Amino acid sequence: MLKIEARGHESVFWRYASPLLALLLTGMTAALIFTAMGRPPLLTVYTFLVAPLLQQDGMQALVVKAAPLIMMGVGLSLAYRANVWNIGTDGQFIVGAICGGGVALAFPDAPALIVYPAMMVAGILGGMANGGLVAWLRIRFNANEILTSLMFAYIAQYLLVYLVVGPWRDPMGFGFPQSAMFSDSTLAPRLIEDSNVHIGILLAPLIAVGLWFMLEKSLLGFQFRVLGQATRAARFAGFRENRLVWIAMLISGGLAGLAGMLEVTGTLGQLTTTLSPGYGFTAIIVAFMGRLNPLGAIPAGLLLALTYLGGDAAQINLGLPNAVTSIFQGILLFYLLGSDYLLHHRVVWRPLPSGAAP
Amino acid sequence: MNEILVPFLISVMAAATPLLLAATGELVAERVGVLNLGVEGMMLAGAIAAFATANVTGVTVLGVLAGLGAGIALALLFAVISLTLQANQTATGLALTIFGRGFSALVGAGYVGIPAPQLPKIHLPVLSDLPFLGPVLFQHDVLVYLALAILAAVAWCIRSTHMGLILRAVGDSHDAAHALGYAVVPIRYGAVLFGGAMAGLAGAYMSLSYTPMWAQDMTAGRGWVAVALVTFSAWRPFWLLIGAWFFGALMYMSLYVQALGVAVPSALLSALPYIGTVVVLVLISRDARRIRLHRPAMLGLRFQGRA
Repeated sequence: MLKIEARGHESVFWRYASPLLALLLTGMTAALIFTAMGRPPLLTVYTFLVAPLLQQDGMQALVVKAAPLIMMGVGLSLAYRANVWNIGTDGQFIVGAICGGGVALAFPDAPALIVYPAMMVAGILGGMANGGLVAWLRIRFNANEILTSLMFAYIAQYLLVYLVVGPWRDPMGFGFPQSAMFSDSTLAPRLIEDSNVHIGILLAPLIAVGLWFMLEKSLLGFQFRVLGQATRAARFAGFRENRLVWIAMLISGGLAGLAGMLEVTGTLGQLTTTLSPGYGFTAIIVAFMGRLNPLGAIPAGLLLALTYLGGDAAQINLGLPNAVTSIFQGILLFYLLGSDYLLHHRVVWRPLPSGAAP
Repeated sequence: MNEILVPFLISVMAAATPLLLAATGELVAERVGVLNLGVEGMMLAGAIAAFATANVTGVTVLGVLAGLGAGIALALLFAVISLTLQANQTATGLALTIFGRGFSALVGAGYVGIPAPQLPKIHLPVLSDLPFLGPVLFQHDVLVYLALAILAAVAWCIRSTHMGLILRAVGDSHDAAHALGYAVVPIRYGAVLFGGAMAGLAGAYMSLSYTPMWAQDMTAGRGWVAVALVTFSAWRPFWLLIGAWFFGALMYMSLYVQALGVAVPSALLSALPYIGTVVVLVLISRDARRIRLHRPAMLGLRFQGRA
């Protein structure tokens, strides 16, 4: 008979196979959902997952979309390894965009070589400030970071609305809730002329590699991993838990802030009321799909970026609501978490002991 | 005085109801040791299921039942993955919220800006016509009273019944409960499904009574506030009621001050309930000993034992 038994150790094969299994199952489930909605399933899945890549400049659109997701996913990989549950990267993203964008609006005529690095620093500091506040509240007041980080995401969104409706509204903007367009010197430097491919596309993988080294090869990274896997052992070893919480929140917050600043200066060109189409939650899926490994966040970020492009394509070509993207993302994470059961369990064939009732 | 106080109290009762419904469900789930962060997703699914059903059939009761069912269905997903397949509860709850938001947006795309029948307000002879007390206490719709009744029932059950004792045992030491012969996983399934039903009801109240319409993400973080309320209450039902009224008051104030035309920008006032949540969480959590004393010891931990 078939039996499920515990492995007693973690399967290396399934650590990497389970995201692929989850993707396969999600594709099949999506096809079923499309069928139920009266759509041709194969064509819809094709439009959603393949067609966006074959379009002209499809690859460019993909990497532009993936850059912020990778940066945020890398930061979360680090934080989640240490059991620091930052789920408010959306807020840190927005604060980073506000700070970077604020510098851009204040100094439209400054030379790019001076103002752009200053904007990057402002964006990172903004995200860090938001993340650091969450860390401080957890350490000083024992406040649960899951709830506070998420509440700050709502607060940041309202702050953004306040700014672009009020003091930062473009006087020439016909009353639309948006800031003035950023001047040319405050836009993200392009890697490819006349495209959206900005410097963030280069930074994202560099950051991933850098943090991978930190996490896997340094003492600090070791402390992170021990804290996440064996909190008591980390305490006995004398690792300063609070310091690690600070670092986790500052890095994940700072990277989200940088991502936000790059997004507004790289693709949007101004502050509006909707900067993030749910990147904060998507970055959580990126971190888990990448196995909480900074390098894994690169392919995972590209995949999740594809679901955004696919949602747009399905909306334009098939008239589906682009909420298809979030459903797909949610199902993907469900299947991934479910598939991870195979990390620690296996299905085996055991012959019945002789004489036992069938 | 009464012309300010009466609408204030009516609005607080109404604004507190979805929080109270969802938080009561989450409290039961957490008391047996399960942290379900999918409340926001289950509320949204409940809201659209209730709205769509009421819109199509014209019967609000069917809408409420559909909301309840949608909440249970999503909670079942959570239970299978986090309890049977033993996945991390935090991550599974987040997945549920992401899925619920997407699901409700997809189903709701065709229901934006159209009306649905509203839950009727009750009218009791004599009581509803009392001055002051009548409008404040006896002219709401049935879900407002149901929320209070369920909370009272849950409080009594946890505190004074054999079942409550078992629930608390499972939440405080699943290994001991298992050793005594209690079926830990089925009991947790039950509590999680109850939490889903309550979140579904909370969603139904949002879309059929509180703001009778459908808008994407219309719960606006109330599911998360409900989770925060459970911590605020230190897992005790009575304090849940106080907390829900407090947040109801905060939500009403942020709207009321805007309507008065006070020179504070409306976007900042809208942030008030979320700032309030952070402040309250900080105030309540700073006493780490008190939290440790009341927090179900197994909260968020997976149970791996089997017979």
